[in-house]
Formats: sequence, structure tokens, C-alpha cells
Amino acid sequence: MNLRPDPTFHATPKLAMEAPAETLAFTLMLSPDGSQPDGLAVVDVDPTSKTYGEIVHSLFMPNKGDEFHHFGWNACSSALSPLTGHAFLERRYLIIPGIRSSRIYIIDVKEPLKAKIHKIIEPEELFAKTGYSRPHTIHCGPEGIYVSTLGGGGEDGTDGPPGIFIMDCETFDILGRYEMDRGAQDKHYDFWWNLPRDYMVSSEWGLPPQFENGVVPEDLLSNKYGHSIHFWDLRARKVSKTIDFGENYQMALEIRPAHDPAKEYGFCGVVVDTTNLQGAIFTWWRDEDGEWQAKKTITIDPVPAAVDDLPPLLQGFEAVPPLVTDIDLSLDDKYLYVACWGLGEMHQYDVSDPLNPVLAGKVEIGGIVKKTPHPNGKTFGYGPQMVEISRDGKRVYWTNSLYSTWDDQFYPGERGAAMVCADVGENGGLTLNKDFWVEFPEGYRSHQIRLEGGDCSTDSFCYPSV
Amino acid sequence: MIEVNTVAALWWAVIASGVYHGVNPGMGWPLAVSSALMEQKKSSLYKALLALAGGHLLAMTAILLPFSMLYILVDYQREIQVGAACLVIALGVYLLINRRHPRFLARVPPHKLGLWSFLAAMAHGAGLMLVPIYLGICGTVDTDAGHAAAETLMSGNIFTALSVAAVHTLAMTAAGGTLALGVYHWLGLKFLSKGWFNLDVVWALSLITVGVIALVSTH
Repeated sequence: MNLRPDPTFHATPKLAMEAPAETLAFTLMLSPDGSQPDGLAVVDVDPTSKTYGEIVHSLFMPNKGDEFHHFGWNACSSALSPLTGHAFLERRYLIIPGIRSSRIYIIDVKEPLKAKIHKIIEPEELFAKTGYSRPHTIHCGPEGIYVSTLGGGGEDGTDGPPGIFIMDCETFDILGRYEMDRGAQDKHYDFWWNLPRDYMVSSEWGLPPQFENGVVPEDLLSNKYGHSIHFWDLRARKVSKTIDFGENYQMALEIRPAHDPAKEYGFCGVVVDTTNLQGAIFTWWRDEDGEWQAKKTITIDPVPAAVDDLPPLLQGFEAVPPLVTDIDLSLDDKYLYVACWGLGEMHQYDVSDPLNPVLAGKVEIGGIVKKTPHPNGKTFGYGPQMVEISRDGKRVYWTNSLYSTWDDQFYPGERGAAMVCADVGENGGLTLNKDFWVEFPEGYRSHQIRLEGGDCSTDSFCYPSV
Repeated sequence: MIEVNTVAALWWAVIASGVYHGVNPGMGWPLAVSSALMEQKKSSLYKALLALAGGHLLAMTAILLPFSMLYILVDYQREIQVGAACLVIALGVYLLINRRHPRFLARVPPHKLGLWSFLAAMAHGAGLMLVPIYLGICGTVDTDAGHAAAETLMSGNIFTALSVAAVHTLAMTAAGGTLALGVYHWLGLKFLSKGWFNLDVVWALSLITVGVIALVSTH
């Protein structure tokens, strides 16, 4: 407990943007075949430092086969609402779930260069207390730490629907399931919320048998992955409305609400439209009558390709789908970044008018066919994937692995981990920084990035920017 | 003359505790700022303050009224005072050992500010802190308590309880409202993270102090 609020807690997104820039990034490293333990890399992102772009500390776990994916903080700016009752928590622990093992690590990063394991929650405890498995997205909120899961009970995670559970924000004890009335929700992926407006939005990927051993083409072509988002009454823990994008909009993944809580809209990325292989972004919003609405506002076309240039999975289509696998919104709610993992492109959209996004910048790197190298000449394996934006909105970082078994299907062979950074222009635009290139240890892939002091997909704000 | 001073001091204590509750962001004033910014209406700030004040007043009244009833048992006034003082000390000690905030408060929807304010005041013993002060005021007023009719005594006690709750809540709202307006108009929300101090320990110690003073003064 602190005597004053943690200096990295900010009342408004605007104050967070004005705070000092990040000097360190935390990046997850996964061993795709489980032959080595997964780890956390601490990366120097201070351009004035001698070790800029280098891993300055690594922490490897005592187990193998966890498959690290997403992670989050024990506390964020949401603690500044008197309603939460814990304004004096420290932003100190990273909660890292193993998406394959269902094991959860609590890592103490008070001294980032001496990051250490604080607690390990074994999978059996998670199963026993929640009936859920395969923990994924982490957000700190009013009742503690909320964790979404991708699987239910049983060996293959299909015994009952997946959902969200709550952990105590101080002891990290698992308190139990979140849901009281899940309505039509039977799959899960991401979730986020607007705390003062008291709503949450959740999305759907697929059930464990649909992703653990790779994408199941028959399921995809028969539209069996998730294609709905769910609006929840956050504190009543009930689904108030489900919006089905249409069954062809397969895999509704990242949920990115406007950071300013006065705004009642947000975005959701759809991996692939099975009718035409497009990637899509939907904007969702609350209309004047208080009803939830959603509309497709961005489409990204597939690119025709020669059969020989494609992995077996895509050869029948003779095209590369964009594969929108991650999106992220800057703290001023101005730019939405869209990772096109298949094409090998990172798009930047001006979403000042959320219903009419305009492409403002684009970077090409990697890709199934294009294989664009980094400006420093090095090969960027796979495509742009997990993206994270600095609080001030000036730098955008991303890595290149999607999920071990899916990497192997879309990009056969080992292509190596990468983490790069692009600079945002004064009036938009995106340029790769040729001096920033992280070398990862052999045999690892890289996934989500968290920035020191919070970033654009961790902190929830309880006061509007003025 | 001494008694007049004691009464005045006790009323000042009622006001001071109100100010103390009011300036603590944990008791809700930032929610009034948030309300006004979210609705883009300054009137929402006052509405939120009113809701917070209503909940707090109710919590104070709910704690003080039972004591005002009890206190007509004139033969046991000292015992009641000692009991109340011990209760306040016990709560202080409990809060000192158990620093956890009650999680059920986080289940209250943000638009039910009055309910939240009521529950927050109850959970942290804000009402209980007033009890020894209130009993002190009753004690000084009823110097010839033994001779007064029970009815008169009771209505007197109830009136005092309501007055104490009202004055305390008024002081709290004035203090919290001043900060809310200050932040809304001039200071900006940066003040929130800069000017918020962890008063958990101070709060628990305040409860113990009030209880101990009450205990000492009954002897």
C-alpha cells in the first residue's frame, strides 16, 4: 500500500498522455513447442540509453508448455475512482496466464531488472474455483482483477461455457466466477468496459478444440467461430444485449472502447469475413435511445497470390487474407492501429469520427507473400501482430507471433521472434524506426507487450479528458 | 461557564469531523467532479453532492437515533457512554488490523451515489465516530436529566441527534463541495492524484482517539 496514489495512475487519458514516456517494455516470450520454459523479457525502450532496443533482463518460468499470450497489471488508473476503494494499490505486479497450461504467474516488477515470481496459481486451483480454463485477458476493475478465459471445464475445455473470473487485487486469491446471467454468451475472448457508465463488452474467438491444435478449416468455412459481441451491465453481471455481426464475420477479437469515459463507443476487430476473405473492423456505440448498435466501418481486402507462394491452408483461395488479429486505440481516441498479420501490414486509421475511419498511415513489414524486411535489412518473420501504443501516442510497438499452432499453419517453419517500433507523424502517418530491433533468445516467439507505467490497452479511466 | 465551553467544543468536534470526512476523496467528492464532466453540466456536480450528502446523513442518523433512544435510560448513561466508547475503539482497532476495503461497495452501480455514500459511511464507522461526541452533548444538556420526563428527554435527545447528523453532514458537504468545485473550475483533475493521502491508518487512529477521550471524560 502506498501513502499516495501510484504516480502511474492518472485520472484522465489526457493526464496519462502528458506523463513521462516509457523507458521499459515487458514482452512475453513463448517456446512454441514447449521445449523451453516461457519467459518475460524486459526491453530497454529509452532512446537515450546505451542498451536501447536490447533485452536488459529476462525471467524464465519454472514450468514448460504454458504458452504465454496476453497479460496485464494488478492495478491501473481505475483505482482513482473512490468507488473502487483501493486508491493506494501499487502498479507492481504483472499477471501472466499460460493460455495452454491454465497456470497463472504473478510477477513482481517493482524493480524491473530484478523481476521475480511472487506467486503461482496452479491450473487445478483455477479449475476447482471457477470451472474455467485457458485464462486470457486481464483487466483491473472495481471488484479486483478480472480475467477472461477461453475454455470451460473438462480435458478439452468444452464442459460448460468459458467466462470471466475475479481475483483479489491484493492477495491474488481466485474469488470465483463473474457472471450471474451470461445470456447467449457461449464463447469468449476479450473484454473491456466503461467504468463510470457501468458497462462491459466481451467478444468471441472459439472453443479450445477450435484453436489449440491450429485453426480448423471446416469450422471456419462453416462459420463456427465466434461472430458476436456481448454488452454487459457491469456491476449487475448480466448480458443486456448481444449483437451478432453476421455469421460470416469469423472471430470477433479485440474490444477497444474509447478511453475517454464520456464517449460511449468503441471498436472490435474481425479476423476474416468468410464470404470474401476481407478483414473488418466494427464500430459499436450507444445511440440516443440508449440502445447498443454496431456497424462495419473498415474493410481490408485480400490480395491475390500465386499458389506456390501460399501455405497449404490458403492455396485453395489463391489469395492472402489480411487476417486482422489485433487492434489498439491511442489514448486520445484518435488513431486506431490495425495489425494485418497475413498481409504483413500495420494500418493506422484516423477514427476521430468513429463511424467514418480514414486510413492515415501504413507500414509494410513481413507478410505471408510480401515478406517485407525491416528498414535495417533484417528479416521480419510472420506479420505484424500484438500492437501496443505509447501513452503519448508517438510510438507504436509490435511483435510478430499470433499463436504457436496458427503461426505454423500460416507461416510454416520457424521464423523467429521480433519486436519493432514505429514513429507516429505530427499529423498521422507511421514510419518504422530503423534503430529499434530486439533480438530474442533462440527458439522463442514474442507475443504481447506491456509498457512501463501503463499503456493503451491496460488502463481504464474514470474521469473524462477536458 | 465550563459547561458552555464544553458544549461549544463538542459542536466544533461535530463540525471538524464533518470537514475531515468531506475532504477525504474516499468519501466521494471526486464522484461529483466526474458527474459534472461526464454529463457536461455543472448542475450534475450539485446533484451528485446532494446524493452523497443524503446517503451520509442517513448513515449518521441511523447510528445516532438508536443511541438517543437508549440514552433516556438515565440510570445507565455512564454505562452507555462507556459501551459506545469501547465500540468505537474496537472498530478502530479492527480497521487498524484489517486494512481491506469491503468489496461489496464495488458492487454498487455508479449512478446510485446516495446508496454508495450510505454504505461507505456505515462500513467505515463514520457514524460511530460521532456517537461519543453526541453522547457528550446530550450529557451536558441534561444536567437535571433525572427530574425531566422521559418524553421530554427523548424528544430532546432525538432533536440533538438529528442536529448533530445535520451539522456534521453540512460540514462534510461544504468541505467536499469546495474541493469538488475547486478541482472542477481551477485545480484540474491532477489535484486528485496529487492531493489524495492514504488516511486508512489515521482514520482508524481517529476512531480510537475519540473513543479514548470519551472513556477518560466519563471518569
